[in-house]
Amino acid sequence: MSSAGDGVSSAGDGVSSAGDGVSSAGDGVSSAGHLLEVKTLGAGYGIVEVLFGVDLVVDPGEVVVVLGANGAGKTTTLRAISGMIAATGQVKFLGESVLGRRPDQLAKRGIAHVPQGRGTVTALTVEENLRIGAYVRSDDQIESDIQQWFEAFPRLGERKDQLAGSMSGGEQQMLAIARALMSRPKLLLLDEPSLGLAPLVTHEVFDRLREISASTGTAVLLVEQNANLALEFAARAYVLEAGRIVLSGNSADLQGDAAIQKAYLGV
Amino acid sequence: MRDFLQILLVGIGDGAVYAMLGLGLVVIYRSTGLLNFAQGEMAMFSTFIVWTMWSLGLPMWLAILGGMAGGFCVGALVHQVAVRPVGDPHEKPLAVVIVTIGLFLGLNGAAQLIWGTLDRSMPPLFGRGQVTVFGVAVAWQKIGAVIVLGVMVLLFYLLFQHTKLGLAMRAVASNSESASLVGIPVPRLLMLGWGLAAAVGTVAGVFIAPNLGLGTNLMQLTLIFGFAAITLGGFDSLVGAVVGGFVVGALSSVMPRYITIFEKMPLAPAFILILAVLLFRPEGLFGKKQVTRV
Repeated sequence: MSSAGDGVSSAGDGVSSAGDGVSSAGDGVSSAGHLLEVKTLGAGYGIVEVLFGVDLVVDPGEVVVVLGANGAGKTTTLRAISGMIAATGQVKFLGESVLGRRPDQLAKRGIAHVPQGRGTVTALTVEENLRIGAYVRSDDQIESDIQQWFEAFPRLGERKDQLAGSMSGGEQQMLAIARALMSRPKLLLLDEPSLGLAPLVTHEVFDRLREISASTGTAVLLVEQNANLALEFAARAYVLEAGRIVLSGNSADLQGDAAIQKAYLGV
Repeated sequence: MRDFLQILLVGIGDGAVYAMLGLGLVVIYRSTGLLNFAQGEMAMFSTFIVWTMWSLGLPMWLAILGGMAGGFCVGALVHQVAVRPVGDPHEKPLAVVIVTIGLFLGLNGAAQLIWGTLDRSMPPLFGRGQVTVFGVAVAWQKIGAVIVLGVMVLLFYLLFQHTKLGLAMRAVASNSESASLVGIPVPRLLMLGWGLAAAVGTVAGVFIAPNLGLGTNLMQLTLIFGFAAITLGGFDSLVGAVVGGFVVGALSSVMPRYITIFEKMPLAPAFILILAVLLFRPEGLFGKKQVTRV
């Protein structure tokens, strides 16, 4: 694979292992600089192992995507990081080992996870969903944050007293993301926000996400099947195959390499 | 006419108690998303705690507070020991409902072991006096039940609709996974929901016991009226439990008086009501119809 030297590293080519590619990950700098550091992460459901040692890092404010086909272990990776399922290996957040903590404990530390299938609380109203998103906060800016979301997404404001379950898929996805960001997280985990959405709506969701991440400095770890869209959005990418990271690098390099596109991204 | 009014008012007074038991069912449903068949037995158990404290010489109001606290602990313990280990009620609702039926038997057995099988007597909280309104006599005890019920509904309304804790409890009931991801300690809130429901049941028990006599079967019929009440009112509605309780109480009091066949079957009006509601308006009068897009 000729691309190994130009910013893309592949786990199989012996040049460098996944996770410390030539990227903004900051090798050489002390690992304390990473917001999230995942090493040899293993997880599964019952006796079925899904992950076999996933390594990845996310730096503060960085937007990173994990690409992979159905069943590669993308969702499992996020669920293991946020404590929804048991896992082995190492997960460090802000330099502290957080493996084995419950999701609500991680939420308090600044990890917000939008699970697949939107994950709005359907029996609460739109406004209540935003309010519950701020559960870990106790400052006096919660109300003004809610108003800001209503201004940013007028659709949410118009329907603030409506049950979340009655909104369209795109609206629920936006609400789920807004709710996650109401906690003012340091890291946002996003599980396939494009799933089940029309292409136009998906683009809108990603445009909004880009603005929000840039203005608030929130780091985003996204898992996606839609490779082209995600590579435009994220600065850096990992490719997950059968529970292992097989490739990592800058999005631009991955996008520009026809061989990689063909081999891993199915484009 | 006066005869009818008299019977109706008696029924409404009974209904206030059904509504209290219904409130406990609604509280568990709203905070855990579950129908709790052990609700009546938890109430019976904590009513025995009230009786024990009262017969030891404590003033009644203090005994009731003690019974509510004891009930809270029983409810919380039941959740920790018997419900939580079974798993997430959202993933295995049937398993957890079966556990509540097991709890029904277990709590009943435990109460028989501790307090025996003899009925105990408890004084009515508001005395045995009555007041005559428009020529109809109404017991103070029944008026008191309605007032206490009103206060309880108001407190729970404030809790669920106007506090962060109440919002978190409703979030847990609707989607415990998302609730946990926003930072809510789900197991702790479930425990709290069970404790609160048991504490509410104590009040219902204290109002019923003087009429029926305090035995381990105190709540077994009353629970059916309570279920009828919340089926009519809607499982998730506090106001529904109250309106449902009054309607069930009134029907159960009036119908046997005028339709002879119900004299021998005092539960029949409640059952007919449950059937009719499930057929024609399954979400109940005040229940929210869940609209979920997938």
